[in-house]
Amino acid sequence: MLTIRNLRARHVAVDALDLQDGECFAVMGPSGSGKSLMLRAVADLDPTEGEVAVDGRERMSMTGPEWRRQVMYVGPESGWWEDRVAAHFEDPDSVVGVLQRLGFRPETLNWPVSRLSTGERQRLAIARAFDRGPRVLLMDEPTGALDQQSTAMVEGVIHDFLMDGGIVLMATHEKAQATRLGTRSAMMTDGRLVT
Amino acid sequence: MTTEAIPLAPLDLALAALLLVINGALSVWLKLGITKAQAIAATRMVVQLLLVGLVLKALFAHQSPWLTLTVVVVMVGFAGYEIMSRQERKLTGLWSYGIGVTTMTFAAVSVTVLALSTQLRPDPWWDARYAIPLLGMMLGNAMTGISLGLNNLLNAVTRDRWAVEAQIALGYPRHVAMRPFIRRALRNALMPSINSMSASGLVFLPGMMTGQILAGLDPIEAVKYQLLVMFLIGGATGIGSVTAIYAAVGRVTDGRHRLRLDRIADLDN
Repeated sequence: MLTIRNLRARHVAVDALDLQDGECFAVMGPSGSGKSLMLRAVADLDPTEGEVAVDGRERMSMTGPEWRRQVMYVGPESGWWEDRVAAHFEDPDSVVGVLQRLGFRPETLNWPVSRLSTGERQRLAIARAFDRGPRVLLMDEPTGALDQQSTAMVEGVIHDFLMDGGIVLMATHEKAQATRLGTRSAMMTDGRLVT
Repeated sequence: MTTEAIPLAPLDLALAALLLVINGALSVWLKLGITKAQAIAATRMVVQLLLVGLVLKALFAHQSPWLTLTVVVVMVGFAGYEIMSRQERKLTGLWSYGIGVTTMTFAAVSVTVLALSTQLRPDPWWDARYAIPLLGMMLGNAMTGISLGLNNLLNAVTRDRWAVEAQIALGYPRHVAMRPFIRRALRNALMPSINSMSASGLVFLPGMMTGQILAGLDPIEAVKYQLLVMFLIGGATGIGSVTAIYAAVGRVTDGRHRLRLDRIADLDN
């Protein structure tokens, strides 16, 4: 379970939000409303105040990296720091299953990152996060750059993650996606979450 | 085989300065637009060097530790200003200046004191004739290394922020996420001193050595001094660059291992 209480960051205010295991919560709202900043605040990527806890363990009781291994943010723009795709995975062998379900063949791991399209980068960034086995996924417009077919693949993988008891907090401006995946959703207006 | 230096008359210098006038004329003719910059730079050089000559002469004559210390402080101030003016991106507040000046002073002073207390041993140890030129060389080279390193680091982190943030979001500690940037910044900082070491003697004769030879010193003695100075420069540049880059990395990240680009000036977000 993910618990958020009195979360305050620059342009973000969330008073109370609880996500049960297997639950997906969609944060809706126009761009610039603070959806990304809220997800970044939960991941402890920006300085914040307030309490955020996973399964009763408060984030300040652990180091930043320990927290972010459990509560993992997947941004709208994926960053790459090595030349080859495989170097971005911790255990490239075990990730083949997820890769296939996201529409990649195992050879993809040997590709240079420079060869990837924006959509491929976005899907691989999601695979890269799954590879680390997070408890909570914070997904910022996860299908923003994807066509219909790829979107369906990504949503399938997220769906299975939820079935296994994972928790997803997602920012999206697409009402249909929120309905397909989100058990609950709320609007973000000027940094305030209206539940 | 040490001989006396051939004295230079003002007319000799004026004749040499004519070369710059020819440069200026060329620049006007070819519309290079650097006549003014060159004239200002040349005038500055003449005034600055003549002043320094006078200051050094007075300093050597007086042998006062306080006077020497004052000159050191002034030199550090100018060098710190130089570091700042060479940065395309600066840390907010006084952090760039603070990190630059502190690490440069630490590196240059400790290496100079080492040289004065072991290899050179003038009496008194702070004798301005040795302390000031040595410290000047250490400061100048540490300054170059530090400003190159800091500039490279802050530019790269800003440009590749997504590569850093992706690693941080995946739960990597800051020293892992920053490692490639630290390495590149260090290489950038140390390259000039490495290049000048490997090319010296073959491609060019180092300025200090040339000056000593022209001033009548035995070439072997001049070479020995040059080697000493190069080793000291390597040390000061390394110490200064490493400490400055690590301090800056500490500043653009925080205890929660976040990337803090809000601490780079004019770069909100």
